[in-house]
Amino acid sequence: MDILTSLVVVPVLTVLALFFVKGLRQARAWAAIGTGIELLLAIWLTVWYLQLRGAGHTEEMLFMRDVLWFKSLNIHYAIGVDGISVALILLTAIVLFAGVFISWHMQELSKEFFISLIVLGTGVFGFFISLDLFTMFLFYELAVIPMYLLIGIWGTGPREYAAMKLTLMLMAGSAFLLVGILGLYFNSAPGGGQLTFNILEIARLDLPMNMQRFLFPLIFMGFGVLGALFPFHTWSPDGHASAPTAVSMLHAGVLMKLGGYGAFRVAMYLLPAAAAEMSWIFIILTAISVLYGAFGALRQTDLKYINAYSSVSHCGLVLFAVLMLNKTSFDGAVLQMLSHGLMTALFFALIGMLYERMHTRDIYKMGGLMKVLPVISSVYVIAGLASLGLPGLSGFVAEMTIFVGAFQHEDLFYRIAVIGSVSAIVVTAVYILRAVGIMLMGPLKNPAFADLPKAAWQERLGILLLLVPIAGMGLFPGWLSEMIMNSLDHIVAKF
Amino acid sequence: MDWQKLILMRDELSLTVLLLLLLVLEIAMDSRRKHQLPTIALALFALHTALGFLPLASGHLFGGMFHTTPMLQLMKSILNIGLLLVLLQAHAYVRSEWVGRERITEFYFLLFSSLLGAYFMISAGDFLMFYLGLELASLPVAALAAYELSRQRSAEAGIKLVLSAALASGVLLLGISFLYATGGSMYFEDLQKGLSPNVLSVLGFLFFFSGLSFKISLVPFHFWTADVYEGAPISVTSYLSVVSKGAAVFVLGILLVQLFPLYADIWREILVVIAILTMTLGNLFALRQTNMKRFLAFSSIAQAGFILLGLLAGDSRGMTAVLYFVLIYAFSNLAAFGVVQAIALHTGKETMSEYEGLYRSNPRLSLVMLLAMFSLAGVPPVAGFFGKFFLFMSAAGAGYYGLVLVAVINVVISLYYYLLVIRAMFLRKSEQPIAHFVSDLPMRISLVLCVAGILFLGLYSPVYEWVLGLVL
Repeated sequence: MDILTSLVVVPVLTVLALFFVKGLRQARAWAAIGTGIELLLAIWLTVWYLQLRGAGHTEEMLFMRDVLWFKSLNIHYAIGVDGISVALILLTAIVLFAGVFISWHMQELSKEFFISLIVLGTGVFGFFISLDLFTMFLFYELAVIPMYLLIGIWGTGPREYAAMKLTLMLMAGSAFLLVGILGLYFNSAPGGGQLTFNILEIARLDLPMNMQRFLFPLIFMGFGVLGALFPFHTWSPDGHASAPTAVSMLHAGVLMKLGGYGAFRVAMYLLPAAAAEMSWIFIILTAISVLYGAFGALRQTDLKYINAYSSVSHCGLVLFAVLMLNKTSFDGAVLQMLSHGLMTALFFALIGMLYERMHTRDIYKMGGLMKVLPVISSVYVIAGLASLGLPGLSGFVAEMTIFVGAFQHEDLFYRIAVIGSVSAIVVTAVYILRAVGIMLMGPLKNPAFADLPKAAWQERLGILLLLVPIAGMGLFPGWLSEMIMNSLDHIVAKF
Repeated sequence: MDWQKLILMRDELSLTVLLLLLLVLEIAMDSRRKHQLPTIALALFALHTALGFLPLASGHLFGGMFHTTPMLQLMKSILNIGLLLVLLQAHAYVRSEWVGRERITEFYFLLFSSLLGAYFMISAGDFLMFYLGLELASLPVAALAAYELSRQRSAEAGIKLVLSAALASGVLLLGISFLYATGGSMYFEDLQKGLSPNVLSVLGFLFFFSGLSFKISLVPFHFWTADVYEGAPISVTSYLSVVSKGAAVFVLGILLVQLFPLYADIWREILVVIAILTMTLGNLFALRQTNMKRFLAFSSIAQAGFILLGLLAGDSRGMTAVLYFVLIYAFSNLAAFGVVQAIALHTGKETMSEYEGLYRSNPRLSLVMLLAMFSLAGVPPVAGFFGKFFLFMSAAGAGYYGLVLVAVINVVISLYYYLLVIRAMFLRKSEQPIAHFVSDLPMRISLVLCVAGILFLGLYSPVYEWVLGLVL
């Protein structure tokens, strides 16, 4: 079995094993083993990938494999990765592994929880390795559906409402996507040959302009829903706020990246002419996402809502960067996906820990937590600083690259859009520092919180798993950026 | 006449033998041992189903009144599988005290007769045979709907089914007579050449189509569906929603292509409108149902709307998608009906709110239902996803992108109410949940078969290729 297939097989086996275990202890042990192996595989894949590139392999995709699945429809299980997918796979593995430790004390239906969580992970891994649109779509939906159970069963607050809203909105997005994919398929053989779902083969074609104009909005919007594109972002705050901690982490950290990655890999790559022509509409929408998310976060007092709106803003920036259509901004988009994935997962993990201890997420009910919970609080500050783009941490690298790329456009429209989006950074600083100030600084507001339990080992481990890459990305962005840049040539060549 | 050619009617003959055997058993068997009858009938029918998979040549009989091809053979096999699952699920019900021992035989006799009618409908080469088959397929089901004599709702269902079936037959006959008047023949082969696009024959086609739409319960010919589904015994409801509906869909697919290629432009437009209406209205009505049987009734109306997408293209790809979908639909829908049946039989509960907290007391049953709902909704990686995807693919291949968009939006709407069932079972907790129970062996076998079908029919691609090979 090749390494990419094992990325999907390992979680599937883990799920099967979980069906036969009993109780929380066994379930979490197996989940930790399964996701741990997955993380090792992802690291191995990254190292191997870099070695191959270093050895002079310049193909567009590496580790390619192609198995014919539905012969008469020419549907394949076609897989392969480039630097972008490798980076995102690594991100997913880290967040998933950390998520298991954050859910260490999941008492209620623990086995089922880990099963759903890992099924979700399977979908995400499958999505990132797929080169066949059918397979990709299948994994995409596989990643979305478990969310319903995860939020519905283990969530808090209006969980049933949030779960339903999230599932239906995301599935509505995939409805558009499906039409778009079928459109690509039936236009994939202009000369009358074999129709195909293969991304690389469709990329070689020059699809007729009127078809591109029809398909691009469908596909971009379809993925945009998952990427929290305004005005289809409304599932995100409710969904994230109601989801249990590990699910918020995985969802904001990884699942939303499916939107960005898909918009990039399918909409932009396969329909470049329409992308160039229609990008202005979506630039406006994403700029609204960026600003709206930031201002939305400013008004919230619930920590999860703050972070959820901040995710809308940051993911909006990913799509914004994708629409700028040049190499630097593409690079920034991918870096932003990674940086936001780690950051937001860390945030949600910390919020989960705080909530577990205080049973509130309202920042005005907290205060002076720095003295009581030094580890959690100081990591929260670091994550906040990364989020507002402090140099030395991952956020700065990503946002800087995006704005440098975006500023290469010289006309007024782009300038306004860029300046508008940049100003969101200022707002970000305001809401982050405001939350930190109210929540962590000053004297202890509520005496009941005076002796909250300190961070346990599994919590520290979870934090560490996310914190190290954030700092690593900020201090040594070179190799990552290079890995991404190498893979962008094929895509940039289309514009 | 060459007697050897009668082998072409293998399935019909084997089913007739089965029917006669049942009659003999009814007379010969000691009435104290009648409770073994369901098992015997089940075994015999399983044998019959297995026989149907043996290859059979194409050909026709009786001067073209009856014909068979591998595709028609496959259709019959799909119906067989559906009925076999229904029989497995009905096993405990038929033996329960609801049904007297003296009435066991008629349950099987009527079901098999109806299936025989469906066979003749599918294999018909002229309108006479077709009409005979149609009547034979519908009347026994009406009797079955009223099978629970002591229950008013069951009687009501029977009457409603008889009346609407009679109305449908009348309309259909009117259509046939118009077609005969303009085409000058009852034989499909002659009609195919004889029909011309004049007003009378188009009218005939419309009447014919409407009559058939009753059987598939397409909107706006669906009014009988919910009441009958709710009132009839669950086994009969599952038969109606899978076998009866499947047969009518198959026939529609065959005849549209075979008999009315001239009117393709007309029926395509009609199909588009009716598909949109059926999907949307079926879905909207399903949203508000609280009784599980009514809920599944409207869900099956909506599913029929999706099936029409496969008929639009009118080519072998589309037909394959239809057959493949109906096969998957049989497994998924019967999984859902099986769970409903098992719960109703053990606890008498039928409403969705009574299902709350089911996962905590009956996890396996709930998981079956979960898979069934996902498959009906078309969520990967279960089979329903593949079935729907290929239907949409065939419609998109024929250029109906707008319709496909409407259809996928309807998939999202349908997902809402399928999730409601999952919500009740998994998300909610209940003060008085349904107590843990173990269902009978045939029911468990049927549910295991359904789950196997739901899991593997899609992912295991040779099934699709096999269907395609038989359709071509």
